Amino acid sequence: MKVSYYPGCTLKTKAKHLEDSALASLTALGVQVGELPRWNCCGAVHSLADDDLIHHVAPVRDLVRAMNEGSERLVTLCSMCYNSLARANLLMRHDEIKRKTINDFMNEENDYHGEVEVEHLITFLRDTVGWDNLRAKIKVPLSGMKIAAYYGCTLVRPKDVAIEPPHGRVMNEFVEALGAEAVDFSANTVCCGSYQVLAHPDVVVDVVGRIIASASDGGADALILSCPLCEYNLVKKQGELLQQQKIARKLPVFYFSQLLAMALGLGPESYRPDRNDAASVEFLRSKNFPVGSASVQP
Amino acid sequence: MAIEISDKTINHEFIEKINQLSGQDIRLCFQCGTCGGACPMSENMQTLPRRIMRMLQFGMAHRIADVETGWECASCHSCTVSCPRGIDVARVMEAVRLLVLRKNINRIEPSRLPDGAVREMPQVALVSGFRKLTS
Repeated sequence: MKVSYYPGCTLKTKAKHLEDSALASLTALGVQVGELPRWNCCGAVHSLADDDLIHHVAPVRDLVRAMNEGSERLVTLCSMCYNSLARANLLMRHDEIKRKTINDFMNEENDYHGEVEVEHLITFLRDTVGWDNLRAKIKVPLSGMKIAAYYGCTLVRPKDVAIEPPHGRVMNEFVEALGAEAVDFSANTVCCGSYQVLAHPDVVVDVVGRIIASASDGGADALILSCPLCEYNLVKKQGELLQQQKIARKLPVFYFSQLLAMALGLGPESYRPDRNDAASVEFLRSKNFPVGSASVQP
Repeated sequence: MAIEISDKTINHEFIEKINQLSGQDIRLCFQCGTCGGACPMSENMQTLPRRIMRMLQFGMAHRIADVETGWECASCHSCTVSCPRGIDVARVMEAVRLLVLRKNINRIEPSRLPDGAVREMPQVALVSGFRKLTS
């Protein structure tokens, strides 16, 4: 079965540590995924208006390219890309009238009917690599770490693209497969405020405060996630909470794939601590993980 | 404050437009308030989604125009997955926004965002924000 990889815009720049750590880990796990030779922005958010089809064209073009590559599956790392690609895919699979309109509009592309499966790396790890197989390849178990796995919105809502049923544990199972302890916390699917960081940055500070308090109260040493927008909000707004003396210290934040690379025994050139904030780098140092050239940033 | 509700004040065309854009039937709402309870932004909202739904049911187009709720929504779909009447409330909020944005009105001006913020934000923040808050 051929699997294609869709990076999305942010993974080539601000979230390079999400991409680098994930791809190095997949190589270490002996899994082949080829980046789509040509791809465009997925649109980041799914258009919710019934009469707005033009905004579905971008993600559908990516799906067509995966199909043309002969891939049965398209794996994403970014939660927002996962959501917008998966929803566009369901639309093309189930809405006959909109499918025809979109296919007719994109007449330079092959017709698409939802042939490709869109999958997030976290469920790919569970279902294709397998937890037992992953556990067998762990070289540096993350024992003693208490990790809060934060889903955010786009991996679990709306229901038709949720990566698992409500109250699922795939992220916690992942944490446990790495040898760490998974911390349950009630805010694990509470929205971080998302794009409202542009219009209502102060509200986002409050929302992030509640998420961090929930994870910290659960006893977490660090938090993992898979969305570059969540990462930005949680790291950046914790800095403001610290300045406002609403938190005593920042909770370290990592992409889930960074912990994967660490547990697989890969070096800092793979898990890229140079892209993390000072609190996260300090946490790695305290656990005796090499941080390479990571300099301490505020 | 007393408000007059009569056939003269109800903007039926507005109700029909919201239903068309959202693909939802806003009459289904029975005002339980679950949407606001699930909403992560509601602590900072002046007007909860339940009240927006009621205003929409009465076709109060002019009142909706003055309410911030749709512009505070992060499209996280917490309301949608919680609604006991099966209303996709996130789509209703999108319809409320689009009735403004489609008049070529921007809610945020990209050129006026702070320089530093634009430089450090991930693309996914800018793309999603511009998609939701600009025309």
